[in-house]
Amino acid sequence: MRVAKHPILPPIKEPDITIYVDGKAIPAISGEPIAAALLAAGIKVFRKTAKKGYPRGIFCGIGRCTDCVMTVDGQPNVRTCVTPARENMRIETQNGLGSWGEQG
Amino acid sequence: MRKVQSLVIGAGPAGLAATIEIAKGGGEVVLIDENAKPGGQLFKQIHKFFGSKEHRAGIRGYDIGTQLLAETTSSGAEVLLDSPVYGVYPHNEGIMVSYLHREQEKALLAEKVILASGGMENTLSFPGSTLPGIMGAGCAQTMINVNRVLPGKKVIMVGSGNVGLIVSYQLMQAGADVLALIEGAPSIGGYGVHAGKIRRAGTPIKVSHTIKRALGENQVEAVEIVQVDDKFRPLAGTEEIIAADTVCIAVGLSPLTELAWLCGCEFTYIPLLGGHVPIHNENMETSVPGIYVAGDIAGVEEASTAMEEGRLAGIAVAQALGLYPPEEAVPLKEEVWNRLNTLRTGPFGQKRFDAKVELLQAAKGGN
Repeated sequence: MRVAKHPILPPIKEPDITIYVDGKAIPAISGEPIAAALLAAGIKVFRKTAKKGYPRGIFCGIGRCTDCVMTVDGQPNVRTCVTPARENMRIETQNGLGSWGEQG
Repeated sequence: MRKVQSLVIGAGPAGLAATIEIAKGGGEVVLIDENAKPGGQLFKQIHKFFGSKEHRAGIRGYDIGTQLLAETTSSGAEVLLDSPVYGVYPHNEGIMVSYLHREQEKALLAEKVILASGGMENTLSFPGSTLPGIMGAGCAQTMINVNRVLPGKKVIMVGSGNVGLIVSYQLMQAGADVLALIEGAPSIGGYGVHAGKIRRAGTPIKVSHTIKRALGENQVEAVEIVQVDDKFRPLAGTEEIIAADTVCIAVGLSPLTELAWLCGCEFTYIPLLGGHVPIHNENMETSVPGIYVAGDIAGVEEASTAMEEGRLAGIAVAQALGLYPPEEAVPLKEEVWNRLNTLRTGPFGQKRFDAKVELLQAAKGGN
């Protein structure tokens, strides 16, 4: 959910691009971290762990912990909390260590 | 390889202040940061800072960030963004700093380097602690204040230091319900004025409580909290289950010291400053000649102290480069030390003052 009303901060930008998460179109604001667009769309599970398939999502938000990594345009292990969203990006929930796919 | 007089790693409050001071002294300085935007964690601080006028008290964190960025731009310093540093190697020709930029490996050779890499939030381990929806309080703060998205609606905050208190209030400003703030210690850790604000907003602060486990299948759905005794042992029968979709962990920060370890700085262990910290002297210079530290890497404190330490390191670097004669540098550094000493007073500041004295003594071999 986006924080549209705020007592101190100015109004927010409107989504201006579309990204695709596991094939589903999600509105995003160009340049915002991918993770922010996912949270705005209510998506919290970003990947599943290698051994036990446990769900993981965003944790540190500053690119340190790597809990939020996903496969982005075919590249696995991309830190979604510090990677800006761009038009038509294809983002996939990452299973385990991920695998290289077709790059956009 | 390109040679520069000085290089500052990390464009947060400490790094920006250091850069401005070096440039003010007439020095050549490159400021490098891994993020796409400079400012570090200043832009998520939407509250007014404490302290006195010289410390820009009463000004919101992001306005201080904007001011520092403007000063950096007009100082003529070169700023390299989107450039994570992965190596700092001192050798006889200078200090080689290796970094990545758009997947290309690059390097610079600097006479002096200031490490201002900041800190990272600590975490807690408990059953369910890896479930999505459980995150650092600073992470939630970045999401609501910088990216303007709510990570969840029903929040449990763990930790009553200033970060826990301030972020709880800011989560409410962003439209979330903070159901409870729990604190393991028997008393609140942060300032009373912040605690009062969230209490008045209706959030209970439960001291002597900890989180026992988080429940949920694919994300957190509820947490079980429990009261603890004076030795932090859970008291059977006091468990309470609260439905929540977000748990924020605010249990302190640790210095981000990888680069200091990598280049051979000597360390000492001071829990009050966040754990292992590189030993530094009054000029913020480490045990490795030419390598300085400033801000949270030199002991976790606050943005205001980080800026002052950055200034101090910047002036010291300018002096070491021969830009200031001692008679000019000494009074400039004294001014900063006076401001730092003022920031390190009071019930919270005094402990940090003592801890920094211990750190400075370690530099003299007294530890």
